[in-house]
Amino acid sequence: MAEEIKTTCLHDNHVALGALMTPFAGFDMPIQYKGIVEEHNAVRTNVGVFDVSHMGEVAVTGPEAEKFVNYIFTNDIKDAEIGKVFYGMMLYPDGGTVDDLLVYKMGENDFFLVINAANIDKDVAWINEQAANFDVKVENQSDYYAQLAVQGPEGENTIKNVLDLDGSDLTFYTVKKVQYDGETIILSRTGYTGEDGFEIYASHKAIVKMWNLLMDAGVQPCGLGCRDTLRFEVGLPLYGDELTAEISPIMATLGMFVKLDKEGGFIGRDACAQQKAEGSAKKLVGLELHDKAIPRHGYEVLQGDKVVGYVTTGYRGISVDKSLAFALVDRAAGTLGNELSVRIRKKVFPATVVKKRFYTTSYKK
Amino acid sequence: MSKIIDGLYYSESHEYVKVDGEFGYIGITDYAQHELGNVVYVDMPEVDDEVAAGEEFGAVESVKAASDLLSPVSGTVVEVNEALEDEPGLINKDAFENWIIKVELSDKSELDDLMDAAAYKAMIGE
Repeated sequence: MAEEIKTTCLHDNHVALGALMTPFAGFDMPIQYKGIVEEHNAVRTNVGVFDVSHMGEVAVTGPEAEKFVNYIFTNDIKDAEIGKVFYGMMLYPDGGTVDDLLVYKMGENDFFLVINAANIDKDVAWINEQAANFDVKVENQSDYYAQLAVQGPEGENTIKNVLDLDGSDLTFYTVKKVQYDGETIILSRTGYTGEDGFEIYASHKAIVKMWNLLMDAGVQPCGLGCRDTLRFEVGLPLYGDELTAEISPIMATLGMFVKLDKEGGFIGRDACAQQKAEGSAKKLVGLELHDKAIPRHGYEVLQGDKVVGYVTTGYRGISVDKSLAFALVDRAAGTLGNELSVRIRKKVFPATVVKKRFYTTSYKK
Repeated sequence: MSKIIDGLYYSESHEYVKVDGEFGYIGITDYAQHELGNVVYVDMPEVDDEVAAGEEFGAVESVKAASDLLSPVSGTVVEVNEALEDEPGLINKDAFENWIIKVELSDKSELDDLMDAAAYKAMIGE
């Protein structure tokens, strides 16, 4: 029997805007309003706003909060400044990925974890299980917080002019609490598009108010369709495609977010260290096709006649006019510059192994 | 509301056939292009390839997904619409003007299995 589908506090607004709605991660979410290409380009060249209220939020506080979060997280948050944001993963002992997430340091021993919507129940159970031996409080705040992502080069001006939120003092991957309409909200300079931008976490009431102000100001609403094309072009992974319980961050070539030498270790550390030392059997690579045919998730990747892997995500790029893919392939086949091929329906198309970042980003450092 | 043209034959999988003597022009309907969104690639067969009624002969791809093209009729491909190679978005501009393949029909009685404009209109609920 199908589970009941959830909605965000902006669901009625999306429907009224004529959005194409599709179930995603248990939520009925907007895929597009005007069209994926237009929305994608709005974010690259101007500004767009996404309802990402489906994302999960977990607060971890208490005397051992820093020690605990550092133990379940691959990046190193020890002694970080308040207001820093970290990207990394939670891992199983075998190095497989529980989820990728952002960790916000809101205060000393006060952390705010932003997790994928599809993984909320699994992650909260996992975090609670690991927390048994630590003096911490774990609180799932996903039902309280709604979230907007205002993304694009005009993001800073937009939140200032339309929402009266000052983000000018935030550098990329930092966060602060601000007052809005009588409540304390969270504002960070983060995103999932490869562009400058902000993410805003607040009550349903405040988020609906902000959304309406942004719509009245003519800001382009953007759906999950272009969220995926935007993140793909700049080499960002999506949990479920590039990171899974079977795909470690080392295999996904995200080792820079895995601090093997940090104090106290972390769950999954030894498996990652071994994969790094010995070379994981599989690795994630970028592929550029020489043809216009489009590789899609699950298509076979070949070296000569031999299947060496599969496509995890593929698109005809929008900002980059090429057919591109991420693919998980045998390590030996994944050397930069190698000539592989992708089976697309009945034909096989040549593809070159390239770097996963297909489009150059423009963040405010 | 989608455009539907009288005198064409329509399949349940949203392809049309425009018959011209012994030949048929095959494409996707306006309803289908609208459902797909921005068309970014059309995978077409080659001239002289055989197509069979109900069988896949290519695909039309939006940003998000690939949809198989099923031939409404059997025959031999005599022409493909090469303009779609450089500008697949022509299908979004006018799906009926921008046919995908031209086929020499091998069995015109197959047309009887397809829908007329009124039946297709009823099927898509417009």
